[in-house]
Amino acid sequence: MRERQPAVNVSFDGVEYEGLLGESVLECARRNGVAIPSLCFLEGLTVWGGCRICVVEVAEGHRLRPACATQVAADMEIKIETPRLRAYRKSVLELLFAEGNHVCAVCVSNGNCELQDMAVHCGMDHVRYDYQSPAREVDASHPKYVFDPNRCILCTRCVRVCDEIEGAHVWDIRHRGQQAELITEMNKPWGESLSCTWCGKCVAVCPTGSLAYQGSAIGEMEHDPVMIKRLAVARNRGEWLDPKGVS
Amino acid sequence: MSNTVVIDPVTRIEGHAKIAIALDEAGQVDTVRFSVTEFRGFEEFCKGRPVWEMPSLTARTCGICPVSHLLASAKAGDAIMGVRIPSTGVKLRRLVNLGQIIQSHALSFFHLSSPDLLLGWDADPAVRNVFGLMGAEPELARRGIRLRGFGQSVIEAIAGRKVHSPGIVPGGIADPMTPEAREWMLSGLVEAQQTAEQALELFVSMLGKFEREARAFGEFPSLHLGLANDAGTWENYDGHLRFVDAEGSVVADNIDVGDYRDYIGEAPRHDSYLKSPYFKPLVADSDDVFKGVYRVGPLARLNVCKTMGAPLADEALQAYRETAGGTANSSFFYHYARLIEILACTELARELLSDDSILDPMVRATAGINHRRAVGVSEAPRGTLFHEYQVDVNGLLENVNMIIATGQNNLAMNETVLQIAREWVDGHDIPEPVLNRVEAGIRAFDPCLSCSTHAIGKMPMEVTLFDHEGTTVNEVRRG
Repeated sequence: MRERQPAVNVSFDGVEYEGLLGESVLECARRNGVAIPSLCFLEGLTVWGGCRICVVEVAEGHRLRPACATQVAADMEIKIETPRLRAYRKSVLELLFAEGNHVCAVCVSNGNCELQDMAVHCGMDHVRYDYQSPAREVDASHPKYVFDPNRCILCTRCVRVCDEIEGAHVWDIRHRGQQAELITEMNKPWGESLSCTWCGKCVAVCPTGSLAYQGSAIGEMEHDPVMIKRLAVARNRGEWLDPKGVS
Repeated sequence: MSNTVVIDPVTRIEGHAKIAIALDEAGQVDTVRFSVTEFRGFEEFCKGRPVWEMPSLTARTCGICPVSHLLASAKAGDAIMGVRIPSTGVKLRRLVNLGQIIQSHALSFFHLSSPDLLLGWDADPAVRNVFGLMGAEPELARRGIRLRGFGQSVIEAIAGRKVHSPGIVPGGIADPMTPEAREWMLSGLVEAQQTAEQALELFVSMLGKFEREARAFGEFPSLHLGLANDAGTWENYDGHLRFVDAEGSVVADNIDVGDYRDYIGEAPRHDSYLKSPYFKPLVADSDDVFKGVYRVGPLARLNVCKTMGAPLADEALQAYRETAGGTANSSFFYHYARLIEILACTELARELLSDDSILDPMVRATAGINHRRAVGVSEAPRGTLFHEYQVDVNGLLENVNMIIATGQNNLAMNETVLQIAREWVDGHDIPEPVLNRVEAGIRAFDPCLSCSTHAIGKMPMEVTLFDHEGTTVNEVRRG
């Protein structure tokens, strides 16, 4: 059993809750049943803080901070639903959609996609930025899985799960900024990877249709991100959570 | 050639087209060009995509008959995998195609063409549409709309959605049929069949009025192409290719769909994005491709088969052949053939649904990539549809060739419009009823020129007259 951390008072949108020192704002909110949207965060993996969907305002100076990478402090006043934050989340989503080639209607994850759900949740009904329409080649060389970089949002869940849970570190990011892209095995085709164990954890955690099972038709790809929380709990606490009870 | 009349765009067809009628110095119709003025590019942008995604990707070609693309594409996928799909998967695919033909034919007849047939070409364009039909024949219009709804719901029940359904996949069908869906379809078929019979009866009763149209709406000898089976019954899903001539004699038979390139050539045209497919064996290099003109769709299918394989539709087929004088060669008879096909679909759907095996849960075969090239063919409501794919060893598309039914009717539509223009167009005067007859000649083919767009009622139309030096001498705009 872990020791109970000291409690502090925090508030979300003016309502007071109990925070625990050492936990993140996102963890605190979810433990208290307060919703903060997030994309790259996945319980059981280290925090990345890259997608910026979970940004919140912290009272002093209304500074924007990622909830997943900000620790709670005593008397912290946190705003989640402000016009500024809603506009900010929408912009982030629009940039994600403009940057890749996301065509929900013909995607294997249509109807089972965290990016799509987030766009609906945040009311993103159009994209104000120019679509970049990058030319990206699908890697279908793996016997079991397909990687479609057109649908990748660089959340790095696959990188982290492969490194931290499976211990294989097949996935990585190369280049920076607009040129950043996901690669396997030092930029070799996935099917030629010697380190891939075919475990499928990367496919399970992908929030979009970027990683999918071979043979998936439109809308057939269902991911299983809670599997990682179960694995992390099993590893850290030595107990298996009932999959039906994990969210 | 001294004058050209341009009709652009043509309305109440799916997609956009223009017709240019060139008059000679005496003001008589000289030549006609039927052109499609939009470009889609499916064959290019599908390259690089996994073969598993192709059914849904290519279904976006059309919102009226996406099931036809789903089936042709899924069948190409079956062949790339090299699988034999479970028999219930085949039955469900057949059933979904029957639903597709019912809904598309109902749209063509009730919504798009019957306003012309029932209200007349001389009727005011403001009422010569489905709303005008509702005013004049409310019960017929309601039944027609319900019939289309029934076909759409059959598609939804089997494949998950009315339009661009996700459930038709390489290897079979995504999900088995539920007993509730089966019961619902069986009960719905009662009215669907009645409506088909009534529409057929009505059309036959009106035939006498359209003697001139039957003669002038594309009455010319051509080949006819369709899928055929060994039993000689009406085929819409499987089998081999068969060409018959204008007398009904078999010209080429037992053609494996994978060998279609040996028999069908595709001639590009400088003024249209629609290519002109033709029957290769009849056209030498120096010949005009029109020598190889063939038609596809209801008219051709009824010429290719011996029987419909359904009792009521077979009675109707017999009467149809007596009226048409054996093999039907007037494009006006597309309407008649379409109604017989709706009736056959209702009978064949009942037959499939009456067999308990339709509920078998085994509906999909799975496999990896085992072949690099494959051809999938289905009979779309508008005719034979070809999808040919070349993939790499991982199943990513390297080449795509699609031959759409409407493309195959391109040469025949040109000929039809020429006949109509010669029959009705005289000098520079192009009154509304004549314009609409020209359009209706094309509409008889129920062409699907791009996707789901079709006009309701009166759409803008531009008629331009050019003199022999290319100067505009008259311009008429409506809408």
